[in-house]
Amino acid sequence: MNETLKRYLGIYAMLWRNSVVREMGFKTNFILWLFVELLWFVLQLIFVGVLYMHTEHIGTWSKWEVVMLFGASHFIQQIFIALFFTNLANLSEMIRTGKLDFMMLLPVNTRFLISLKQVDLGGFVSAATGIAVMVYACRQLGIVPGAAQIAGFLVLSIIGLAIHYSLLFLLTSINFWTVRAQGVVWGYYNLFNIARQPDEAFKGSFKSFFTFVLPMLLVVNVPVRVLIQKFSSPTQLLMMLLMALLCWLASAAFWNFSVRRYTSASS
Amino acid sequence: MKKYLHVANIGLQNTLVYRVNFFFRAAFGLIPLMATIFIWRAVYAGKTDAGDVAGYSLAEMISYYLIVTVVNTLTAVTEDDWQIAADIKDGNISQFLLKPIDYLAYRLVLFLSGRLTYTVVAIFPVALFIFFQRDFFVAPASGEHALVFAISLVLTALLQFFISYTLALLAFWVLEVSTFIFIAFAIEYAASGQLYPLDILPPLVTKLMFFTPFPYLMFFPVNVYLGKTNGSELWAGLGIQAFWVVMAYAMARAIWARGIKHYSAVGG
Repeated sequence: MNETLKRYLGIYAMLWRNSVVREMGFKTNFILWLFVELLWFVLQLIFVGVLYMHTEHIGTWSKWEVVMLFGASHFIQQIFIALFFTNLANLSEMIRTGKLDFMMLLPVNTRFLISLKQVDLGGFVSAATGIAVMVYACRQLGIVPGAAQIAGFLVLSIIGLAIHYSLLFLLTSINFWTVRAQGVVWGYYNLFNIARQPDEAFKGSFKSFFTFVLPMLLVVNVPVRVLIQKFSSPTQLLMMLLMALLCWLASAAFWNFSVRRYTSASS
Repeated sequence: MKKYLHVANIGLQNTLVYRVNFFFRAAFGLIPLMATIFIWRAVYAGKTDAGDVAGYSLAEMISYYLIVTVVNTLTAVTEDDWQIAADIKDGNISQFLLKPIDYLAYRLVLFLSGRLTYTVVAIFPVALFIFFQRDFFVAPASGEHALVFAISLVLTALLQFFISYTLALLAFWVLEVSTFIFIAFAIEYAASGQLYPLDILPPLVTKLMFFTPFPYLMFFPVNVYLGKTNGSELWAGLGIQAFWVVMAYAMARAIWARGIKHYSAVGG
């Protein structure tokens, strides 16, 4: 067990090195993309500013609490993009061109390789801007989160990350069944949009759907509630853990099911 | 003229291949819209004075976003800018320099036929969505408003296209235009009225924005539809919009002329 872990960590370190070398080749592009991400983030914050020019509260969420939410969402989303997104977005192309065959032949777990092959370093820089906004929002709110809150936030963010990963992996596995599903991956960007909204604004079947089917309203809201101690009951917390587990199991099951059916593109 | 009809035919057939993608795009695109509507409902519910937001009642606010969706479906540029940039980068435009066909006209016809396909596909999710929000879907304010809205819609589409076309021509000078396209898209998103009605911003900001072409990419036609623009302002606004279309067209032609001099047909 320990040997396997060591081996995979070694492989992952190599993949990291590879990605750094690759990014260094396109420095201008790297900086321009950072600028694009920053611009969109600022735009989201402007929208919050515009909303709160006309109101004091959304549900019980105040302006700086929502800014906190947007910052945390940006943080989680960018880490997700840095580690997984590009890889999963490439899966449809690998299936279409038959490159997946080569991946399967390698003496490494295929799911490991297609999920983690490339690292998008810009994502980590953008994630840092999310943290900066969160720190600023904390000061505006006049709260200093303790070590326990910060630890809780980080652990829950990782669970949020696991939810994003499992869901997108599940969605992209549809590509095994039809080559016309590339759009699905890019459609996922619209779900990020839900994740950063304050959960209390939503009602009815929309809320149920984005809590129990695609648990977007848990991914960011729950960690932030822990961080700023805005908790009424532990139900949401348990819900998030349960949904993360379910999404993970569903994605694993669908992956196994799809791969068994995979017959390669070119033969 | 006949050859462009032929182009339109090709355009329709090519885009029909992407109908499933179009459908996904239209359907997924409604998710953030729904979120925005929920957020606005919560904002109105939380207002202590039970008043409106900068002259918008809740119903008007939701109508605003519904009309934005309609205008967006009919006029937004989706793939065209990427394809133009790719044509330049891969040297595909060389053939247009030799043939008696104008590249701008060619792309415009492809854009319009692409919009037609997109609209036909997107009509299902969009209509279903509007049906659920039907209490807030209003008819144009009057016959005159409807007429101005229709003309404005065409001008919006042209303005959208010429701006995207010009941006894509940057591919003559830089290898990777996607970042520029995303930057322009972000600015347009914030300044055109897609994210929020422009007149809920501080009055000075709104005023300044009207010196740019951005409000004419979205806010103006929606405003006309909802009857927020009236009387002589209707036709004056249309005039300004037409002015921006001509400017964008001239810009597209000028940049093309310069670009083609710079062009060296890599791999063409």
